[in-house]
Amino acid sequence: MTLAVQIQQKWPSFALDVEFDAPPGITVLFGRSGSGKTSAANAVAGLMRPDTGRLVLGGRILFDTAAGISLPPHRRRIGYVFQDARLFPHLTVRQNLTYGRWFAGRDDDIEMDRVVEMLGLAALLTRRPSALSGGEKSRVAIGRALLSGPDLLIADEPLAALDEPRKAEILPYFEWLRDETGLPILYVSHSVTEVARLATTVVVLEAGRVIRQGDAAEVLGDPTVTPTGIRDVGALITARLVAHHSDGLSELDAGGIPLILPQISGSLGREVRLRLPAQDMILSRARPEGLSALNVIPGTIISIRDGEGPGALVVLETAAGRVLSRITRRSVAAMGLASGMTCYAIVKTVAIAAPDAGG
Amino acid sequence: MRPTAFNGPTEMTGISGWLGAEASAALALSLKVSVVATLVSLPFGVLTAFALARWRFPGRQILNGLVHLPLVLPPVVTGYILLLTFGRSGVFGGALAELGIVFAFRWTGAALAAAIMAFPLMVRAVRLSIDAVDPALEAAASTLGANRLWVFLTVTLPLILPGILTGAVLAFAKAMGEFGATITFVANIPGETQTLPTAIYSFLQVPGAEPEVVRLVLISVAVALGALALSEWLSVRVARWVAGR
Repeated sequence: MTLAVQIQQKWPSFALDVEFDAPPGITVLFGRSGSGKTSAANAVAGLMRPDTGRLVLGGRILFDTAAGISLPPHRRRIGYVFQDARLFPHLTVRQNLTYGRWFAGRDDDIEMDRVVEMLGLAALLTRRPSALSGGEKSRVAIGRALLSGPDLLIADEPLAALDEPRKAEILPYFEWLRDETGLPILYVSHSVTEVARLATTVVVLEAGRVIRQGDAAEVLGDPTVTPTGIRDVGALITARLVAHHSDGLSELDAGGIPLILPQISGSLGREVRLRLPAQDMILSRARPEGLSALNVIPGTIISIRDGEGPGALVVLETAAGRVLSRITRRSVAAMGLASGMTCYAIVKTVAIAAPDAGG
Repeated sequence: MRPTAFNGPTEMTGISGWLGAEASAALALSLKVSVVATLVSLPFGVLTAFALARWRFPGRQILNGLVHLPLVLPPVVTGYILLLTFGRSGVFGGALAELGIVFAFRWTGAALAAAIMAFPLMVRAVRLSIDAVDPALEAAASTLGANRLWVFLTVTLPLILPGILTGAVLAFAKAMGEFGATITFVANIPGETQTLPTAIYSFLQVPGAEPEVVRLVLISVAVALGALALSEWLSVRVARWVAGR
């Protein structure tokens, strides 16, 4: 099931004009705050009515100004996980979870049990939302949206209100949704970490317009796309988990190149996505020796882009995929770097933090 | 209409024995009038409050003004307007009389007058609680498949329950004390339209009836204080239940 979006909406000081597709998997609407991400998501859910446009979900027309169709939110079958959870305070966790099921006319306990187990909600069922922690509220909100039997799930910055440990707690649930449920998910975020972990497809918004859309690795690895600032630029590569070492490190294989990471979970052979932040990558013209950094990725320079400041972004083609490194222009000149040159990209093991590595 | 200040041999017990027949009848009628006025006007009060708080429609300010009119008009004017509209020859009164619903000089008229006079208080209390409900919760309910009516019944209504209870108790207390509109619209007929306040008024006209007056005043004060205390207790309890604490 795919969602096709095409909407225009004008406000006195802002205009939203977007067109994109959300195929199965997680489509991240990525951009800084105020770029129109949440407005676009609300228009899809029917919480906001655009001036003109068309929304089609798996052949079902949700909205079409030309044909005069606008389904109300309750008939769109779109589950919405809000940033602030929005659980009903007067209902227990169980009643919150079953709220949407009742309207969908479903009461198969199997699915309920599965979601409760998957999200670890069994111990919370009789509690009221006021007695839940932030992370627990998020999990209940995800479960509630899932159990309403939606054709599409929207998550609007579901982690933004959580602290780092809670984010790490919730992220795997979205990976599970992406990999196990086959539900198309529209995920609004301004966090490059979340994009790197979750996105199948990325739609980059800027000032109410789509400036880029496509495969996650392709968009993130494109140095011309920097919606949230140059510091967030980085490459997204896929590697396979090959060994857990006894010294607390894990070894991955990225296109034949060994990478050493702080221990990550999962069984051997599993695919791991890895974000390599451009500003953590060191370049060397010779294969380094006597260096503490454990990860050395050989590659060929395919482009060097000067930024506005003192920095330059060097793009390498490697066996692991495209790798980006942000270094000073002074270094580029001193090392005599140029396109076509062979180079080694080096990254400290501890620079690849756990949140950047996921399934 | 001469209220009897002192009752003869009494067979009555409890409050009615203490009060005397006529005063007891006035108290009983006041309770009946106030309960009926509160319960019957409650759904309209909630609907009006919801419309004023949430809907944007032409004439919204006019409706708001109409609702608040009894608060600022002299009660006797409100009573006179009721007489003109709901009296036997009034615009609605005539039509309703054909359906067998008569207000003029009946206890039902006292209930109508009390309901109209208490309506602004009820609407204000309910509206305050509606304004406090986060529309985001209602939006969440709609994404879960609830249409507007179900959103109202399952989310908005439970969340505004404390405000509804407060509004109902306030309206009840106001109805118990209503005087001007009642006496203008339905007069002061013992056993038919004589309520607590109009009975006090009648006894005040009779020399030597001070003991009756004092007793009725005490009852009035007790009912008013009781209503306030109940409202306070209920709204705290219910607010706690709604919030899940």
